[in-house]
Amino acid sequence: MRKGLSWFNLVSLTLGFAFLYLPIVLLIVYSFNDSRLVAVWGGFSTRWYAEIWQNAALLDAAWVTLRVAFVSATAATILGTLAALTLVRRGRFRGRLLFSGMVYAPLVMPEVILGLSLLLLFVAVELDRGFWTVTLAHTTFTMCFVAVVVQSRLIGFDRSLEEAAMDLGATPFRTFFSVTLPLIFPAVAAGWILAFTLSLDDLVIASFTTGPGATTLPMRIYSQVRLGVTPEINAVSTVFIAFVAMLVIAASLAMKWQQARQRAAA
Amino acid sequence: MADGHKRPHPIVAAMPYLWLAAFFLVPFVIVFRLSLSDDVLAQPPYAPLFEWSAGWSGVREFFAGLDFENYAFVLTDSLYIEAYWQSIWIAAVSTAILMLIGFPVAYGMARAPQGWRPILLMLIILPFWTSFLIRVYAWMGILTREGLLNQALLAIGLIDEPLDILATNAAVILGIVYSYLPFMVLPLYAALERQDDTLLEAAADLGAPPWKSFWLVTFPLALPGLVAGSLLCFIPAVGEFVIPDLLGGSDTLMIGRTLWTEFFTNRSWSVASTIAVLLLLILVVPIALYQNIQSRSLERN
Repeated sequence: MRKGLSWFNLVSLTLGFAFLYLPIVLLIVYSFNDSRLVAVWGGFSTRWYAEIWQNAALLDAAWVTLRVAFVSATAATILGTLAALTLVRRGRFRGRLLFSGMVYAPLVMPEVILGLSLLLLFVAVELDRGFWTVTLAHTTFTMCFVAVVVQSRLIGFDRSLEEAAMDLGATPFRTFFSVTLPLIFPAVAAGWILAFTLSLDDLVIASFTTGPGATTLPMRIYSQVRLGVTPEINAVSTVFIAFVAMLVIAASLAMKWQQARQRAAA
Repeated sequence: MADGHKRPHPIVAAMPYLWLAAFFLVPFVIVFRLSLSDDVLAQPPYAPLFEWSAGWSGVREFFAGLDFENYAFVLTDSLYIEAYWQSIWIAAVSTAILMLIGFPVAYGMARAPQGWRPILLMLIILPFWTSFLIRVYAWMGILTREGLLNQALLAIGLIDEPLDILATNAAVILGIVYSYLPFMVLPLYAALERQDDTLLEAAADLGAPPWKSFWLVTFPLALPGLVAGSLLCFIPAVGEFVIPDLLGGSDTLMIGRTLWTEFFTNRSWSVASTIAVLLLLILVVPIALYQNIQSRSLERN
């Protein structure tokens, strides 16, 4: 029996969500402000959006960011899924404590520490800093998030289907790709999108590990934001938010659709 | 658990294991090594890690070059001590406020009708996907002297003069609370949602008033979620850089920002490494606690 929502529950939900969303809504509204002044409403205008397309440095940074995010999210999804399989299915093995420590620690580790330590590694092995060092750094911290997402799906996994496939003569490799992976796919896809958005968003680790010619979008935004609030940055932010929101919504719709199809087939 | 089932091929474990060892563990060793050495005027600004070619004398020289000078420097400078202290204090206050705000929200979500819950959950997770930097930036426009908050407060006559909120520690705390709210709500919601309602019914049947059954039944069962959420907020907040840098003032000393300045402005890599090692020492207990909770929840299932 649920007693339903009391007035206290309703008020706390309303205030909580207002607190979460009001700043973002205001930012989006003010990106359409014709006035350059932050606090003065000068009428509706889309001119700041037009200016983004003139800003070559910004577009360049956006392109670098998308490439880094795509490559690192893909690598992180493979490594993170393997890490989740190890954590859930390998049982006890030597070095398990160290392994789980290395998977969980980056989730909470301050980014300045991760960024500094990775930079020192790249310098020590004399790797030229740029696109690839940022990608390696992003793969390392996002794979841990993928591992946690996939792990939660593997915990409730019914292994009898895998056993059936093996009994019918499928190799472990084939069993993984035709039975296990399709079943955990929603979590793997969610992990990829999470890794992708975390990489898109990262300022601190990218600042430490990047080199000349590989300035990412958050670094570009940050260097302008330090000088104050401008409508251009509001517009860039709005495009960014819209892009991520569309990605997440499209993915969740695709997953719902796939689930409905599976149910219809069953 | 894995017993009685086929375990994955060793290579499944080896790949992420080696990756994390190379890109997470080894870098820490280098940070520690560098914190014991001196800066040199070169690019990169520190002495080579190790000269293999020098043989045995090189090994001796290597150890002779290590000392705790940087630690003595950082630990005797009141600026760094103040930064560590302020970081812990700001993170602790923010975590306390997060508990006070996060609990009612998570509680409301857990009591909402079944049909609402996926939507509410999505609404809590969605800000987590949108940019952290942009969400902090959004507050800059709200908190400035001419900002929307001051305009609103002036308009309703609550204040006569605009308040200086931006560039204070209060703004930093507000920014941390705002940015980390989903991390507090999610584990709390997970703990509250799992709760068996019959326990509350039993308490009510035995004559417990609602506040008492909340305090004796609901709250203790939500405690693991509260601890997990607090650690998830407190640990990264101590080392936060973006929030104190954008919302804090020049007197906001937080250790993440100090490390950044030491590295990017002063170009002292060895002092930055020392700060990182000391920050890690402060956080090692909460991180171990968090890991313990994570592993235990994995084992329980």
